[in-house]
Amino acid sequence: MSELDLNNKTSEMLANSEANVKNSKKNFTRPEDEKREVVAPDGSIIEVNPLYDYFSNEKPKEEKPRGGVVEKFLNWARAESIWVLGFGTGCGSIEIPPLVTPRFDMFRYGVQMRPTPRQSNAFIISGYLSVKTLKRVIRTYEQMPSPKYILALGSCTINGGMYYDSYSTINRLDKYIPVDVYIAGCMPRPEALLHGFVKLKQLIKEGKAEKANEYARNFDEYKANQKKIIKDWNMPDYNW
Amino acid sequence: MKELIEKLSSKYELQEVVYQRDNLVFAAISKENAIEAVTYLRDYEGYTHLVMMSCVDWIEDGKYQLLYLLHNPKLKNDIGIKVYIDRENPEMVSAHHLWKSVWTYQREMHESFGIVFPGSPRLEENFVVEGWDETPFMRRDFDTHEYAEKTYFPRGNRKTNDPAEYMRKKLYPNQPVTAKQRKDDK
Repeated sequence: MSELDLNNKTSEMLANSEANVKNSKKNFTRPEDEKREVVAPDGSIIEVNPLYDYFSNEKPKEEKPRGGVVEKFLNWARAESIWVLGFGTGCGSIEIPPLVTPRFDMFRYGVQMRPTPRQSNAFIISGYLSVKTLKRVIRTYEQMPSPKYILALGSCTINGGMYYDSYSTINRLDKYIPVDVYIAGCMPRPEALLHGFVKLKQLIKEGKAEKANEYARNFDEYKANQKKIIKDWNMPDYNW
Repeated sequence: MKELIEKLSSKYELQEVVYQRDNLVFAAISKENAIEAVTYLRDYEGYTHLVMMSCVDWIEDGKYQLLYLLHNPKLKNDIGIKVYIDRENPEMVSAHHLWKSVWTYQREMHESFGIVFPGSPRLEENFVVEGWDETPFMRRDFDTHEYAEKTYFPRGNRKTNDPAEYMRKKLYPNQPVTAKQRKDDK
């Protein structure tokens, strides 16, 4: 890019910035998300609306428990194979690596880490959660197959912890996504996290860990809360 | 460092000069001459390394203070160029052509203080927060606690202890409280 081009571009940017300062409500849609016409290989013109065409826009559905012995068996199986998504959101994610070491060894509880949300059914929200990360957390959570469980680690997810007055960190996690088990502390030791897993297994076996269904039931309420703070909502309402 | 300041003051009008240490000096220069002075220091005096750029909000004086901290790798000393700009209409001459790292500093300042640097590349892009449309959050007249309370569903019933007072009551419950301690507790 030549000097002149750069200057032209930056003066354009400046004009935009001045307009943005005047209008407090900015427009956050990205150019690649806008409706447009695409020419197909055979020459026909196709209209594309990326946010609605590339993703399934259907709401999540509630899955009724089957009940009886079948449900008991399924719950036993779910409780003995908790696969955790390897996604650390805050400082608490430093407590997860020791769980894999021989000293704590989470594998004896049937807990293991998975690299992708498609293979995992438990999500540890480890520590403080900024609005920027919350957007990614929602996207990831909605990609996980049901039944799915959330463990909220640390006091930041309960009432904001030491970031209660921060402009960018949320105070209560359960307003945005449903939480199965809270693990209090700042930071909780790995033993506390293991205790959280034991508690989660107990809940699953009793058939009380039905938060994925709760999310589907109160979907509109959760979405309203999420959209209130994520102002540049440039993704579909439900991600897959 | 004295020689350098004498040289600088012969070229530009220095508003205030503070000799902080043997190898660190601060000088305030007007908005119009500052970037010229920084360029002179970089090209002729060997201050080739930009340590950092920072911004301070002096809300009482109605001013933002920008600081360009420069380092001379040969002489192993630093000079800080201070610039005071108006708080109501914060605009500063961009220095993006001097160091590429200035792009990022200016982007951050634009987001957190709302300072405009005409011509600075990628100024409008998100830096720390996404989709922010309130008052820039590092300004001192922006109340983060109030914003968090109205936005993020506070749980309430939050209790805080002053650590000094709490530990004194716990460890020495029978000792009388001095006047100074009573003042500190408030």
